[in-house]
Amino acid sequence: MDLINAVIVLLNYTIIPALTYGSQLALGAIFVTLIYGILRFANFATGDMMSFGTMFAVLLTYYFQSIGINFGFLPTALLTIPFAIFMMILYMLLIDQTVFKYYRIKKSPPVQLAMVSVGVMFVTQAVIRIIIGPTDRRFLDGEKFILKATEFKEMTGLAEGLTIKSTQMITIVVTIIVVAIMFWFLNKTKTGTSMRAYSDNEDLALLSGIDPKKVVLITWIIAGILATIGGILYGLDKSYRPFVYFNNMLPIFAAAIVGGIGNPYGAFFGGYVIAFAEIFLTYAYKRFLVYILPESLEPNSLMQLLSTDYKFAISFSILVIVLIFRPSGIFEGKRI
Amino acid sequence: MRNYLNIIVAYSIMMLLIILVGIFQSWSIALTIFNYCMISAVMTLGANIQWGYAGLINFGIMGYTALGGLAVVLVSVAPVPEAWSVGGVNMMTCLGIIIFMIFSTRYILKNIQKSKKRNYLIAGIIIVGLILIKIIAGPAIEQIEAVDPAKTGFLGGLGLPVLFSWIVGGLFAAGLAFIVGKVALGLRADYLAIATLLIAEIVVSIIKHEDWLARGVKNVIGLKRPAPYEIDLQTSPWFINLVEKFHSAKLDLANSFSERQDILNQLVIDASSVYVKLCFAGMFLVVVIILLIITQKALYSPWGRMMRAIRDNEEAASAMGKNVVKQHLFIFILGSAIVGIAGAMMVTNDGLFTPGSYRPMRYTFVIWVMVIVGGTGNNFGAILGGFVVWFLWVEAAPIALFFINLFTAHLPETNEIKIHLINSAPYFRFLLVGIGLLLIMRFRPQGIIPEKIIKQ
Repeated sequence: MDLINAVIVLLNYTIIPALTYGSQLALGAIFVTLIYGILRFANFATGDMMSFGTMFAVLLTYYFQSIGINFGFLPTALLTIPFAIFMMILYMLLIDQTVFKYYRIKKSPPVQLAMVSVGVMFVTQAVIRIIIGPTDRRFLDGEKFILKATEFKEMTGLAEGLTIKSTQMITIVVTIIVVAIMFWFLNKTKTGTSMRAYSDNEDLALLSGIDPKKVVLITWIIAGILATIGGILYGLDKSYRPFVYFNNMLPIFAAAIVGGIGNPYGAFFGGYVIAFAEIFLTYAYKRFLVYILPESLEPNSLMQLLSTDYKFAISFSILVIVLIFRPSGIFEGKRI
Repeated sequence: MRNYLNIIVAYSIMMLLIILVGIFQSWSIALTIFNYCMISAVMTLGANIQWGYAGLINFGIMGYTALGGLAVVLVSVAPVPEAWSVGGVNMMTCLGIIIFMIFSTRYILKNIQKSKKRNYLIAGIIIVGLILIKIIAGPAIEQIEAVDPAKTGFLGGLGLPVLFSWIVGGLFAAGLAFIVGKVALGLRADYLAIATLLIAEIVVSIIKHEDWLARGVKNVIGLKRPAPYEIDLQTSPWFINLVEKFHSAKLDLANSFSERQDILNQLVIDASSVYVKLCFAGMFLVVVIILLIITQKALYSPWGRMMRAIRDNEEAASAMGKNVVKQHLFIFILGSAIVGIAGAMMVTNDGLFTPGSYRPMRYTFVIWVMVIVGGTGNNFGAILGGFVVWFLWVEAAPIALFFINLFTAHLPETNEIKIHLINSAPYFRFLLVGIGLLLIMRFRPQGIIPEKIIKQ
């Protein structure tokens, strides 16, 4: 019985939150990696682009709520996803046409494109703050919990409860669906194959008649979908605040590089690596150990490896370690 | 002379703008902007050495700035004897353990051949060391933080003069740069950018959360100043006399003695703040000029030519027998040290150390915009970039407010769009700086004052 209780504690406080957070990071990391693999630059506007898509979802959610549309027990924000994605893709294509295209055609070095993306980051941040302001916003409605701790205790008769928030479930399910579709698209369709070819060897791809304009367009569309959904899922689970989204760029970068930048599988995996590391290293294991250790060995401290203040620092340290020992990432980089 | 014409014109326009602020807003604001421009200029000089001379991209400026600020606290604040007596020995032991760990790891790396055994040994040393530190430091940190937590709760500094901390700030930053350089300099440019950005975040999060070191997010206030305090000035007779002499015409207009006294008091209060800022401005100017002379000399020395050769063609330079790795590390340390000095100057100017305010937006990306806008590889350009961008960054809100009012003049005061726009005026600075960066990158990628190579 104690063992089951211990497992439930771990599930409740580490594994489920880590899976959720990891999914959010994974979507962002695939976004970074796609841009890096096909358009060949590190996009420093990542966090703000995600924030931009989420902003529309927030505004539309408020609008839908005001005219009385809802999605039953699911959050209304899910209904707004297509519209938010549409706006997001429009914005991305606009940015691409006005800013990035020039440097792409000129074949500027990646550093210059990264610098340009810093400019885009500033502008996007300004637009977001001017439209919606810098404050914290919650836009979750519908059922909050799928499983409450008390219900679980009654059901199983265990001492520990298991809570599953609806946002956690939604995040994991939506991520699996989106990522599955994306991998299917990249691997099985002709357009997907041409994107991979373009990423592997641009010149050869051009020689074999792949239209670069189409590849770039599709990339931005997929990137827009990923960024918006990732951003909305994060906002539903925590809350929407532009500054936090900007900061999220850093663990997302860490996830993308840890997995091997340019490789979507790696990025997907990297997201979970970062999330699990952050949560497992900052979790206080006292409650878990109380169940599995005999009473004489019971710990009297919190048994926490690092304080939760260092959550971000952990992901960055992992990144630094990976960069030193395996600069191409856990999976080989530069392949889609 | 003609070669320098554009530099002179650009600087004159900049000075004119600051003087205009002085006339239309106030001299105190103008001097504040000027001082911050100067601090930014030092930071851009540092970043420009790395990017302009050597082509190394360093997005970790925030980390070095924060370390420079930390140096001010550690050098100038008076030590806290109670904290030292409860936890000093333990913390010093931990420092000893860290030093021992570093040297033993180095010894193993040098003297044992590459093998699994070596890796296990190093991992063993690190794990044992970390556990020891956790055991020894844990209770000591709790005790130190319990010493009068509202006011101290940290070990304090050395109580030395604050100007000394500028050098120490540079040294701290150089030390960090050495580690970062060893770890990350072999990486490709954009990887290097991300790695340095993240390492800077780690540094800032350590400063933020290790309260025993510098009070963390509880901030250290009331730092020492190399300039006189306003309060002291306002009560010292020589200063009042000076103000009286300076404004005698204005004072003579007063009708009665009491009115004259009121005007004089106001003038003294204003003048004291301006005087203090002038003192700071003088000190900063000295730093900027010294750094400018050194960097200019370096740029046109054989060393500077070598750096440019390495930047433009690494393979060729390497084939000519230049040690690219070593030179990269050296210039990375040098540039970071200058940024560290700027960080110390900034905290000295503010008189307070607020680790929570170190954010990548303000301390990394804005500085980079300054470097790009001013002119990469040209020190005059870098300084100008610091001035221009900081000026825009500060004055963007008033400028935006002016234009909002202009364009919405026909709308009533209660119009929601107008109110919303006026409330979001502060965010126009991001827009202005971002668009500025994009335009410069597109139409004048070499910056306002481009790099100049003197043929010899």
